[in-house]
Amino acid sequence: MNLIDFFLEPLSYDFMVRALATTLIASIVCAVLSCWLVLIGWSLMGDAVSHAVLPGVVLAYIVGAPFALGAVVFGFLAVALIGAVRDTSRVKEDAAIGIVFTTLFALGLVLISVTPSQTDLNHIIFGNLLGVSWADLIQVIILGAITFAILVTKRRDFTLYAFDPTHAHAIGLNPKILGAALLGLLALTAVVALQAVGVILVVAMLIIPGATAYLLTDRFGRMLVVAPAISAACAVIGLYLSYYLDTASGGMVVLAQGAVFALVYLFSPRHGLIGTRVMSTRRRRALASAQ
Amino acid sequence: MTTAISVHDVTVHYGDVLALDHATLEVQAGRVCGLIGMNGSGKSTLFKTITGLVRPDSGTVRVNDESPGRARKSGAVGYVPQSEDVDWAFPLSVRDVVMTGRYGHMGFMRHARRTDHEAVDDALERVELTEYANRQIGQLSGGQKKRVFVARGIAQGATILLLDEPFAGVDKRSEATITRLLRELADAGATVLVSTHDLHALPDLADEAVLLMRRVLMHGDPDEVLQPDNLALAFGLDVLNRGEN
Repeated sequence: MNLIDFFLEPLSYDFMVRALATTLIASIVCAVLSCWLVLIGWSLMGDAVSHAVLPGVVLAYIVGAPFALGAVVFGFLAVALIGAVRDTSRVKEDAAIGIVFTTLFALGLVLISVTPSQTDLNHIIFGNLLGVSWADLIQVIILGAITFAILVTKRRDFTLYAFDPTHAHAIGLNPKILGAALLGLLALTAVVALQAVGVILVVAMLIIPGATAYLLTDRFGRMLVVAPAISAACAVIGLYLSYYLDTASGGMVVLAQGAVFALVYLFSPRHGLIGTRVMSTRRRRALASAQ
Repeated sequence: MTTAISVHDVTVHYGDVLALDHATLEVQAGRVCGLIGMNGSGKSTLFKTITGLVRPDSGTVRVNDESPGRARKSGAVGYVPQSEDVDWAFPLSVRDVVMTGRYGHMGFMRHARRTDHEAVDDALERVELTEYANRQIGQLSGGQKKRVFVARGIAQGATILLLDEPFAGVDKRSEATITRLLRELADAGATVLVSTHDLHALPDLADEAVLLMRRVLMHGDPDEVLQPDNLALAFGLDVLNRGEN
């Protein structure tokens, strides 16, 4: 089989075309958002929100409302509850996050177990790339486009919010609204990505691409290009591998991202483990020979 | 002379903790004012009431004879944060950070126009960081790092500059550079409020000094405020160790 066939053969199936489109959109939108999440230190928050949307999505399914609505409502509910537990008790933030999101996630599982048509809803948890319908794909396209457009047009404000919210406030921006907007977009993104990899693995797509790009560049503008590029490449690689190896597609996509992160972690010229070791050895040798 | 900062009878609580207790302070335009007091004396809170980040329980704050909210919208107040409050590994260049000073002047997408680039170039030149413009902010010395944020205030066009402990972790030479820079800005009409632990440098730096202990204990000439008896009021001990002589 030549290379062209290798890429084209799976696409002769409609379900693979839809799967590829869904993964690409989800991976790109998640990757763009992840650049801010890893810099603000919101990785755990991303984990929490992406899990906590589960009951919202199930309830939306039951009443026939859009998934995005249920997800955003429960996303904000989770953040509000985490803040309330943290601020009004002696429990620390990481524990508050752990308590709130696992409880909401459990609520989602219970709701799924009592809702007829279980096969559909279990796909929310593990993702079901190969079962994406045209209607699902259209929803992913619309939500993905909205999220992407807001993130890109307001990217400078979000970056300033991440870097120095006090200055943002001092020059008349509203840091609270910017933070809330990012959290809302996080919930929307979770809906986009759960089609692709499921609720459990969404957090990987929300952290790994940004963290990987952060190890490759010292310019935020470049992170915003590098992260989605890596993420999209991993989506394609993961999906094709899962097709030919007959493995779980969502899992393969995340494994590909994890593998790329490991490579970058080791070999990134400026911030990789080996690169920084080599540089410090060289510096030491230069110092020694100078003496 | 016009009053740039006016804090009148301001009280602030955080929960049960009293942070400012009927504090009153006026700083005229074109002056450098040094703010000294122990940790927890309310220095940061005073800054936050001036930027409008904290709303006082009682009392009034006026900035350039406007409410802090209005002054904020016009970009009048520039803020230089403490080093420990900044993520120096953040992937931004010196130029990127200074450009954020211009955001209040830009449109919805914060797209930089020629005037913005020129303002940033000018600001970088003023603080002598032009050659470092494309460095990532973590790859600077302590004094250069401070100057980045002063440049941001200049690019912003701030008429009031608040600096929180600008000399912590800064070598003597950079300290002199920053002191000279603040003096130039004040001579050009800006008002500079600096909180500092560095009492020895205060007379060179500031036109006036304020001794804060939740309320303003004293406000006057630096040499006078730094008299051991006065410092004892705020710190409870002779911090300059001059008593033995």
